[in-house]
This record gives sequence, structure tokens and C-alpha cells, in this order.
Amino acid sequence: MNEILDGLLTHSPALIVAIPLLGAFLTPLISRVNDKLRNIFVIFIVALTGFFVFLLANDIFSNGSIHTYVFGGGSPLTDGGFAIRILFEVDGMNAFMAIIASILAFVGVIYSWSFMKEHTGQDKYYTLILLMIAGMFGMILTGDMFNFFVFLEITSISSCALIAFYTNKGKAVDAGFKYIVISAIGALFVLFAIGILYSQYNALNMAVLANNITYGFLDKIALVLLIAGLAMKAGIVPMHMWLPDAYGRAPSSVTLILVGATQASLYGIFRMVFSVYGKTIGNINASAVDTIMNVNSIGWILILLAVLTMLIGVLMALKQYDLKRLIAFAALAEIGYMLLGLGVRLASKFSGEFEVTGAGSTTTMTQVQFQGFSSAALTGSVFHIMNDALDIGLLFLVAGAIYLATKETNLNKLGGLARNMKYTTVFFLIGLLAVSGMPPMNGFASKLIIYESAYQINPIVGIIAIVCSILLLAVFVKVFHSVFLGPKIPRLKDVKEVPKSMLIAMGIIALIIILIGLFPNFVIENIVQPATDAIVNYSSYIGGVIP
Amino acid sequence: MIYNLPYIAVVALILIGLFAVIFKRNLIKIVIGITLIESGVNLFLITLAYRQDSTAPIYHGTGSGLMSLPVPHALTLTSIVIGVAVLALMLSLVVYIYRHYGTLDARKIGREEE
Repeated sequence: MNEILDGLLTHSPALIVAIPLLGAFLTPLISRVNDKLRNIFVIFIVALTGFFVFLLANDIFSNGSIHTYVFGGGSPLTDGGFAIRILFEVDGMNAFMAIIASILAFVGVIYSWSFMKEHTGQDKYYTLILLMIAGMFGMILTGDMFNFFVFLEITSISSCALIAFYTNKGKAVDAGFKYIVISAIGALFVLFAIGILYSQYNALNMAVLANNITYGFLDKIALVLLIAGLAMKAGIVPMHMWLPDAYGRAPSSVTLILVGATQASLYGIFRMVFSVYGKTIGNINASAVDTIMNVNSIGWILILLAVLTMLIGVLMALKQYDLKRLIAFAALAEIGYMLLGLGVRLASKFSGEFEVTGAGSTTTMTQVQFQGFSSAALTGSVFHIMNDALDIGLLFLVAGAIYLATKETNLNKLGGLARNMKYTTVFFLIGLLAVSGMPPMNGFASKLIIYESAYQINPIVGIIAIVCSILLLAVFVKVFHSVFLGPKIPRLKDVKEVPKSMLIAMGIIALIIILIGLFPNFVIENIVQPATDAIVNYSSYIGGVIP
Repeated sequence: MIYNLPYIAVVALILIGLFAVIFKRNLIKIVIGITLIESGVNLFLITLAYRQDSTAPIYHGTGSGLMSLPVPHALTLTSIVIGVAVLALMLSLVVYIYRHYGTLDARKIGREEE
């Protein structure tokens, strides 16, 4: 038994991508037999993937190890002792992102059962959903630059087709077109940057690139292209205009998984900045003094973009009257918080006089360090990735439930739903409190860390972050009042509670939100902190491939 | 200078493509712009692979001449295949948009009240 489990563990990085990919192409075949059988099959496929994710994550978080999976065996070896193959490298950060992705995928598929029941073309829908999940896992787990680009494109093609799923509505197709334009250009920027890096270092492997990187002029261009390309896909201002349309027009179950895909792009920024460019950006020793200004300016640009993203997201959310579009703008604001932590980390690099103990004597020498609060900022940022996915995901699911029950998303035409939809009301309340960072929900735990560290680098940034959170609360209290409270609207008199599968899906997320909110320290110590340590520690990432 | 010509072509293609995407209102022209950017990037990869006086990286039993790098060629092939998929998807969306609105002008699309 143990041997089988060990074997599965060794091959799990490949299986996590392969199972949904193969399942995707089996789905249309099984769909021919029976609709119910197909739904069970898809849930089974996603659950199986989730099982492998947890098997892998359990091993990584308990042993602190890095799994490297080389496709096609370990040969031929080059001088450095690494294989020239596509390889997957899974450390704490990858495992952390994979856990989020698997939760979102599982919940999204369960939710789809009832949500998509009355639509035609469900076989195509499920095929695309599984392809999107496979692409998302590929982006998260891969250790190869070109492979990253391929999975980026797989994710964007399948998610674009899903955003435009309601082809009978012009706006949905319009949103799909906007998304594919932005993501195609973003992906081509990433490919161009990969070409620049390949031309200099003759390698596509992230760890090998990280080992060789010199941060010359071309490397800086490549870094800018990588951040810009991935920021387009992550929906950071000023490249955000696709996000409200895409999130607002897609079916709710798709939006949930799309949140995961967006965050996989955000993970890409983390990986590129801290691992591939880790030797320059994360380096702390005397010789790195000349890059401080450079790293700091990247950090401040990211902080500026983050603040803009938060402000524009919240202010635009205030004036929306379409429920899903409103939540989409709130999602935009949440992305700002994650970027803020990343920016604070980079902007807090400084040089100073430190006492260095070496060879029996203590000397004072100039060294480069990160401010003490910067690691907290990064922890908060990574933790917020998980919280944002759950909170925003739950709100989108509730919006989908309201749409299914009333066929309406306009806030002015909704009202008094709390009488008929008790469970949905409770779930919305949980999502509302969590997304606006109220204790004791999970959003509070991560946002507090981000406020604290942002306040230390510049009080104004911290204050803006807090104000944006308060405005988010105001936005959602308004929504809660106009949708769930108030007098009964005659047209909505006979509204029924949504089917069980949707309640189960929302219940799972709400339960996780409350559990994380009650025991944030447990989650931070066991999952978030190892993930943050893994992303900061670029030398062990290199060591996973080059012995 | 003459050796830098392909790189200049790469930059020109990408800039023309970006110009088309940003400033053109016709959806078909936006699609063409993206295709131009893609061609530019593919040309960049191919140019990286070339070494002076090298032959295509195929073994045909005529001794060991200088060969160009095969890896960027493989990358370019993959990239072309992905590009075709993206192009097909974009054009099919354009067809749907045209059916709904009867126009391809980006200013007149998606503005209706529901």
C-alpha cells in the first residue's frame, strides 16, 4: 500500500495536469451516454485531481521538500547536471496555489450541476471547464518558461470560450472578445520575454535561468515585459477593462474558476520576480548594493499600480447597479491588495551597516537587507490570494444563485429576497463580512497584515488600503439592503431557494471561510508561511533542479 | 547593420500590430494587429536560432556542418499552432458580434441597455 502511495506521490505533479486533460476529451464521449453520468464523471475527475493535490501538498508541507518531475526520464544530462526536458518543479508556493485551484475547481463543478441544468451544450461546457482547470494547474506547477506560456494560452483560450458561453447575448460575446484580445497580447509579451531570456542564457528552465541571471539591460526589458504581460492577465489597472465585463458576463460557475485562473497569472508575477529574478531582487549581500534603487523603483511602481487598482475598483463598484458587475469591480480592488504586499516587499530593500560575525571576529560592513516588516507584507499578500479567491468566489456564487432564482441581476429590480432564500442570505452575509475585512472572517486576518506593513513603508498607502476596505463594506451593505431586505416585490413573490447542489457548493466555501477566520494562525503557520518562505528562498528553488 | 535587419523587422511588426490594436476601431483590423504581433514574436524566435552560414537542423548524412538551433524552431511551431487556435476563436467571436450588432465598429458594440 505504501509503495503504491509513494509511486503516486512521485508522479502526482504530472497526474494533476494529465487527469483533467484526458478527462476533458473523454467528457463528450460520456455525454453521449447520459447527462447525469457525465456530471458524476466530471466531479469524479476533479475530485481525483484534488486528491493528488492534497497528497502532494501534504508531503511538501510536512517535509518541506521540493518535488521535481522530469518528463521523459532523466537524460540527456548537460554539464550542469540537469536534464534538458520539460520539468515540473513544485515547492511550497506551487502547492499552496494548487490547493486554492483545486478547491475552486471542485466547488465550481458541483455548483454547475444545477446551475447549468437548463442549458444546451453542456458537453462542451464541461469539456472547456476541465481544459481550463488543466491549464490552470499547468501554469501553477510548471518549472519551464515555455511550458508556462503554453498553459497560459490553454487557460485563456478555454476561459474565453466559456466567458462567451451565452452567445445569445451580445454583451457576453463582447466580453469574450475583449478578454481574448488582452490575453493574447499579454501572452505574446510573455513569449517575447522568454525569447529574450533564451537568447542570453540558452535555457528555458526557470531554475537554470535563475541560476544564470545577471540583470543586464536585456534582462530588465524582459522583466518589464513579463510583469506587463502577466499584469494584463491578472487585471491590474490600467489593463483592467476586460475584467468587469468578463467576470460580470460569464456564468457564475465559470467566474469562480476564472478567479483562480487570474490568480495563477498573479502567481506568475510572484514566481518571475522572486525566483527567476531572485538572484538580483531577493539577493542580500554586499555586492547587490547597486541594484537597490532599481528594485525599489519596481516596488514603488507596483505599489502605485496597486493603490490605483484598489481605488478604481472600489469607486467603480460604488456606482454599479448590476450585481455581478459590482462584485467584479470589488474583485478588482481585492487584486490591488495582493499586489500591494508584493510592491511593499520590493520597495523595502535597503542597504545599511550591519555587524557580521565571521571567523571569530565581528566586523561592521555594508549589507543589503529587506526591512523587517516586508516579510510580513509578503505573507499577508500570499495569504490574501487564498482569502480573496474564497470570498469573491462565494459572492459570485450567491449572485449566480440570485440570478437563477429571479432571472435578474439589476439591483433596482431586486428586493426582499431574505424571506424566501434563507440560506443564500446567510452565505451572502458571510461573503460580505469576509470581503470587506471584518473580524472574525478570513479577510480580516490577511488584510490586517497588509495594512500594518503598508503603513510602515508609507502611512498614506496604509490609510488608502484601509479606506478602500471600508468603502467595500459600504458597497456591500448597500447591496445587502437592496437585494435581501426591504418590502416584498410582487414579481418576486414565488421565488424559491436554489437547488441543493448550489447550496452545497456555497456551503463548502462558507465553511472554509469561517474555519480560516477562526484559526488564522493555524493556516498561516502550516500553509502560508511555508509558501512564503519557499517563494523567497530562490536558492533552494535552483537547488531543486541543479544539484 | 545588415545583421540587425531581422530584429528591426521584429520591432516594426510588433509596433505596427500594437498600433492597430490600440487605434483601429474595426474588429477585423484588431485581429489582424494581434496576428502581426504574433508574427513579429515568431520571427524573433526564428532569428535567434540562426547562426551565420548554418543549415537547417536536419541530419542528412553530409558531414557535420554548422546547424541552426533546433529548440527555437520547436518553440515557433508550437507558438504558430497556438496562434491559429487563438485566431480561429477570435474570428468566430467576431462572427457572433456581427450577427448581434450588424456592425464591426468597436464604438457601437456592447452599448445597448438590457
